[in-house]
Amino acid sequence: MNWTLILPELVLALVGLAALAGGVLPKRDTHFAVNMAVLGGLLLTAVLVVAQPEGDAFNGQYVADAFTRFMKLLVLAGAALGLLLAMDWNEKEGLGKFEFPVLLLFSSLGMMVMVSANDLIALYLGLELLSLSLYVIAAFNRDSERSAEAGLKYFILGSLASGLLLYGSSLIYGFSGSTNFDAIADALTGMESVPFGVVVGLVFVLAALVFKVSAVPFHMWTPDVYEGAPTPVTAFFASAPKVAAVALLTRVAAGPFGDLVGQWQQVIILCSLGSMILGALAAIGQKNIKRLMAYSSIGHVGYALLGLAAGTEFGVRALLLYMAIYLFTNVGAFAVLVAMRRNGRALEGVDDLAGLGKADPAMALAMTCFMLSMAGIPPLAGFFGKLYAIGAVWQEGFVTLGVVAVLSSAVSAYYYLRVIKVMYFDAGEALDPRPTSLSVVLTGTGLFTVFFFAFPAPFMAAAQAAVLALLG
Amino acid sequence: MNAAGFPLLSLLTFLPLVGAGIILFIRGEEAVVASNARWTALWTSLIVFGLSLILWFQFDKTTADFQFVEQIEWMPEFGLGYRMGVDGISVLFVLLSAVLTPLCILASWEAVEKRVREYMIAFLVLETMMIGMFSALDIVIFYVFFEGVLIPMFLIIGIWGGARRVYAAYKLFLYTLLGSLLMLLAVFTLWFEAGTSSIPALFELTIAPNVQVWLFLAFFASFAVKVPMWPVHTWLPDAHVEAPTAGSVILAGVLLKMGAYGFLRFSLPLLPQATEWFAPLIFALSVIAVVYTSLVALAQEDMKKLIAYSSVAHMGIVTIGIFTLNHQGISGAIFQMLSHGVVSGALFLCVGVLYDRVHSREIARYGGVAKIMPSYAMVFMLFTMGSIALPGTAGFPGEFLVIVGAWHANPWVAFGAGLGMILGAGYMLYLYRRVVFSKITREDLRALLDLSPREYITFAPLILLTLWMGVYPSSFLSFFEASVAALVTRHEAAMALPRMAGM
Repeated sequence: MNWTLILPELVLALVGLAALAGGVLPKRDTHFAVNMAVLGGLLLTAVLVVAQPEGDAFNGQYVADAFTRFMKLLVLAGAALGLLLAMDWNEKEGLGKFEFPVLLLFSSLGMMVMVSANDLIALYLGLELLSLSLYVIAAFNRDSERSAEAGLKYFILGSLASGLLLYGSSLIYGFSGSTNFDAIADALTGMESVPFGVVVGLVFVLAALVFKVSAVPFHMWTPDVYEGAPTPVTAFFASAPKVAAVALLTRVAAGPFGDLVGQWQQVIILCSLGSMILGALAAIGQKNIKRLMAYSSIGHVGYALLGLAAGTEFGVRALLLYMAIYLFTNVGAFAVLVAMRRNGRALEGVDDLAGLGKADPAMALAMTCFMLSMAGIPPLAGFFGKLYAIGAVWQEGFVTLGVVAVLSSAVSAYYYLRVIKVMYFDAGEALDPRPTSLSVVLTGTGLFTVFFFAFPAPFMAAAQAAVLALLG
Repeated sequence: MNAAGFPLLSLLTFLPLVGAGIILFIRGEEAVVASNARWTALWTSLIVFGLSLILWFQFDKTTADFQFVEQIEWMPEFGLGYRMGVDGISVLFVLLSAVLTPLCILASWEAVEKRVREYMIAFLVLETMMIGMFSALDIVIFYVFFEGVLIPMFLIIGIWGGARRVYAAYKLFLYTLLGSLLMLLAVFTLWFEAGTSSIPALFELTIAPNVQVWLFLAFFASFAVKVPMWPVHTWLPDAHVEAPTAGSVILAGVLLKMGAYGFLRFSLPLLPQATEWFAPLIFALSVIAVVYTSLVALAQEDMKKLIAYSSVAHMGIVTIGIFTLNHQGISGAIFQMLSHGVVSGALFLCVGVLYDRVHSREIARYGGVAKIMPSYAMVFMLFTMGSIALPGTAGFPGEFLVIVGAWHANPWVAFGAGLGMILGAGYMLYLYRRVVFSKITREDLRALLDLSPREYITFAPLILLTLWMGVYPSSFLSFFEASVAALVTRHEAAMALPRMAGM
């Protein structure tokens, strides 16, 4: 058995265990060292992922190819950036505990397993490892009622989704005779008509995954959890786990159920339509910027799912690109949210950004770029994501999807502009100076957002390789 | 291929961005930063203007082909490339943008006091977007620049605008964004149909007439808002009134031309049948625009609003000219676009001169300015005459050609356009009388100073252009002679084909 294939996961798990031991055993405060160790572990794992050979292990339960590499790198980048955002924030909020980085690390491990899963059982294991870590992180500020509420809500609804997933998996196993993706695909190809049980199972599995990507109609938890969780945790929620879940959804839809396009395409189309419309309309009235970003992220998932709804190679490629661009833009925007602090108190209102254009022109400029990028205004990165995603459905002749996508994009521009308006056109007091770690994140993501148009080739090529690996 | 021997158009496009980058890194005290930012912006835009003169001298007027072409692969697997080039239709708009930007920077020299650095950056970015849009030879690149213009414009109006600036900025942005996004769908259709997004390659495409209708409507949604045509013009008066003077100049001078340029670049050559089919609708909307907005302009109490409505009327003449689909009409339309760019830009500067001194745009606030500021009154008069299209000024050749062209297409349309000219004389002279002549009713106006040297320098090139275009229009008409002829021939050939097939 080719166990060296899972070297990145093994190393990450060992770093996690070592960090946990290193955090518990000494008497003094160790959270800084653990933070650094986890950051190092994530980077090391990323290097190993790049060097990872392709193939499958554990009787085809685990697969490594260009697709998993693309997604794992995104996930690791998201996790590392999330940790960078959290370090200073946790310090200031008195949450400087070593458990945070360790939990974050284990959730990354869960995501990596999810991305590489080629079997319903492996999928479930990865998803649960991720979810359990996230439940705890959501409630990490345990003295805050809202944080605890967010954690509890997420836990209850998340377990429901896990239940749906397991029920769907068992139906699929029952009717196709296997939990392995390749075996399911073979079984389904051989059948003359698709058994009803498989379709029901598929819908249950899709429902659970749609819950994880927080697309309509399983989005209800998102605004509450995003608002209640500590800001850097929200940043993490909105980036890495979302990317991983979208990857998983893509793999499940395109892999074992690739021949059932007709069955799942309508589901994805409806989710995409609903998410785009809700994301555009519901965010308009939000006063809390984290809630606003929650609805915005629902909308973005809608656009990304356009690629899957198209059901083509071009479409999946658009989806991967969209998620990559979304990840960096979103982390950048959240870096600004994390920096929102006046006289030591963290702020969450959209209006609290007032006057930022004058007080901190660099950060305001970066935020402007992120917001316009999310609105899809060229030449910023977000435009290209939308360009390919909408182009993919338009090419397939989904007129309604295309028209709804551009209309909701125009509507959503309103609330992104509102953030810019508040920063530049309204007067307000200065925020506290931002810590260096945030400046680093802001610079990196800002440069990516602005200059993506100049160097799209490597991203396009990576996405292309990933799609070929996925669709064969 | 490239007459200049180096990538001139890219240089013109991105040099302002380099200037903006330099300004971004200016450090020091606020006054020093402001002064350095002003000078850097001025010099950058002057260098761009100097380089753009190469286009004026080296452009080959005998051919309708694209010149100064540059091409770099960008996303080859999608047929996307970075392609730049100009033909007779676009070259003068590149020059117009390059001329107006330094003047705008000069006009904002003292008028803009807060956040000078950001202001100058916004203007230079705007210049990049404008020049890039007119020189793009790839439909996706075109779209990127076309929509990118919104970013600096939104900030210019929203930060440095008047009292209702936020409302105006939003309206501008959302109105035009919605139109552009519908155009994006048309861009996709063309792009996937052709397998490439290169504009010259798209010209080779033959599109089924029923598809053309939809594509035309999608392009129309974007360009009609941008022109702006009645009834989607309502964003313009708001944006003009609230924008700072220089913002208004660019808005009237260049941004309005983007819509009309889009019609010329895409709708006419790509969608001949649909263009023919929709021409009566465009005529109707344009004639309504010309007559209705002229009447509205008569009733305005705000100088800027009056000139804004006059812009809608003048652009109505332009759309009439474009859709006459004959040589005179299209040439007239292009000439009218250029002259309107110069004259209405100058008129907004004239309003700016008074506004800087009195801080009011209300017509009733003024009166008898001629006695206090004689030189200013002269300058203002010249541009008023230009706007009325008095022979010998820039406005005349364009409107004349459009009316001649319209007469061939439909005499009633020519009548409507002519009516617009008469009404135009009405509201402009009425404005001029109320502001410049009549008695001095407000004693505080007596203290006003006449034009400063800086203002003379700002106006001088515009005065020169207004007279030059009026007295010797051939030096401009000759630029787009060949391109317009090719466009008309193309259109007639395309229209002849199905008829022959039908016989």
